[in-house]
Amino acid sequence: MKIVVAIKQVPVRDTNVRIDASGKWIDEADLEFEINEPDAYALEEALQLKDEHGGEVIALCAGPEHAGSMIREALAKGADRAIHIECDDLGSLDTLGVAQRLAAAVKAENPDLILTGLQSDDLGLGQTGVVMAELLGIPHSTIIMHVAVDGAAIKVKRELEDGWFQQIEMPLPALLTIQSGIHRLRYATLMGIKKAKTKEVKKLTPAELGAAPAAAITVERIYAPEKKKQTQILKGSPQETAAQLVEKLKYEVRVI
Amino acid sequence: MSGVLVVLEHRNGAWARMSWEAIAAAGQLAQICGGNVYTAALGGELGALSAEAASHGGAKLHTLEHAQLAQYTPEGYTLALEELIRKHQPAWVVFAHTYRTRDFAPRLATRFQQVLIADVISLRGEDGAPVFVRQMMQGKLNADYRKTGDGPGFVSVQAGAFREEVSSSTAAIEPFAVTLDAGQIRTKPGEPFRESAQTVDLGAASLIVSVGRGIKEQDNIPVVQELADALGAELAASRPICDNGWLPMERQVGSSGQTVAPKLYLAVGISGAIQHLVGMKGSKSIVAINKDENAPIFEVADYGIVGDLFEIVPALTEAVRKAKGA
Repeated sequence: MKIVVAIKQVPVRDTNVRIDASGKWIDEADLEFEINEPDAYALEEALQLKDEHGGEVIALCAGPEHAGSMIREALAKGADRAIHIECDDLGSLDTLGVAQRLAAAVKAENPDLILTGLQSDDLGLGQTGVVMAELLGIPHSTIIMHVAVDGAAIKVKRELEDGWFQQIEMPLPALLTIQSGIHRLRYATLMGIKKAKTKEVKKLTPAELGAAPAAAITVERIYAPEKKKQTQILKGSPQETAAQLVEKLKYEVRVI
Repeated sequence: MSGVLVVLEHRNGAWARMSWEAIAAAGQLAQICGGNVYTAALGGELGALSAEAASHGGAKLHTLEHAQLAQYTPEGYTLALEELIRKHQPAWVVFAHTYRTRDFAPRLATRFQQVLIADVISLRGEDGAPVFVRQMMQGKLNADYRKTGDGPGFVSVQAGAFREEVSSSTAAIEPFAVTLDAGQIRTKPGEPFRESAQTVDLGAASLIVSVGRGIKEQDNIPVVQELADALGAELAASRPICDNGWLPMERQVGSSGQTVAPKLYLAVGISGAIQHLVGMKGSKSIVAINKDENAPIFEVADYGIVGDLFEIVPALTEAVRKAKGA
């Protein structure tokens, strides 16, 4: 089974992001990046499917040079090879532009299955996978919690709202967006890290993948949200803040 | 090309309330770009659902009934709505940002070389064109989006972001014949099911202490359990805690878990990702304890303590016990 996993690098969770001079994106200088969490689970699912059924896992990423460290980590965890579409212009593309680039790279590989995270922790639009499926003309399903392969078809468990689930069957090739928490994530072993150094990372340029369409939607401005609620921040030592909060719970919230 | 089309959603024989919020958003959008609001309902046989949907307003309700639409599939919905949109050419198509919308709307938008502006929290007009606000960086920043492409625009709105309005008018019901055949639909959906009987009804709890990633490891859970016990509160959690198996899934609050509105929601070590906030922002009082003063949870909190939960929570448990004992 040949599996492509599309992964993305995002700023490390809980870092303080600043807005850049253009006012349209965050200042990436001095930021640390990590793999988008849902994508880490998509990679894990791909590696588990390979453990079970054999085949090949190819990590695919469109992003700047610094995404190379994330790609090496995916290889160290067990991906067989990688494709890095090196580009610094992601900010000027919308989902369709990014998905077109990824789909063009996928097409050349002709995989059985394409996996990616259900959404990114930075933009959070949650569409890249679905749009890729449409561009590739293959069936898809989203927010997947389990994948079972049965010959040329798969049976997946899709999460619905409020604790409901649904089984869905579809023929391969197909694309799935994976929900966080589908498995425990594995760590790269020392052997894996060593091996990763010799694994192939194919570099592609955007030009090789065809011209990006004009953006259908654009970000005009980003800004800190206006506070809608007045939050009373309680200050002091742990004991002092605890005592203040108990007062509030007693006399204002009236739950003690 | 004019007007705003709202794609309504029903599950298990009942309309999703978020559909009415989407109609409210469409009304605001129509104020800016002109034209009428239309609605669309899809299903095998809609029956009484049509009249109920029509009573929520709009100039016209397009009913798309077909055996292939009896169960939701992304292909069926994409094909049927593509046909409706090509025929009626609305300027905008609005959805509630549900799991179903997330599943098919990006595919539908791509058919028109468009991109869904997803999970919008508000909109306004500027120079006669709409500007949509959505959150990014896990709710730490807002972004203003505009549509720049030609063709219909696609927008989904966040749960609770727009207030449902009582409609004074009833939409005229107009059936729309869709051409679909089974061969076009490759995904075969099964019946929705629940993993196990829900034994914890967080929705009924009046006090909730909820724990997030800040707790760091499973062995630390008793720290918050003790606070919950002292308060007489139910213990709940954000998704990552349940994903890790530190607490059962049925204690999860958020879009994939339970929606709660207790008298007190005390969030410990929860940063407040959008998916969590939609499940608890209706709480009467919200207290947040978090080390990051910029965490989005403080956007919705009435009271906040910035600091180390491992120092604050035990002190709070102690203070609650004392206050109750007195």
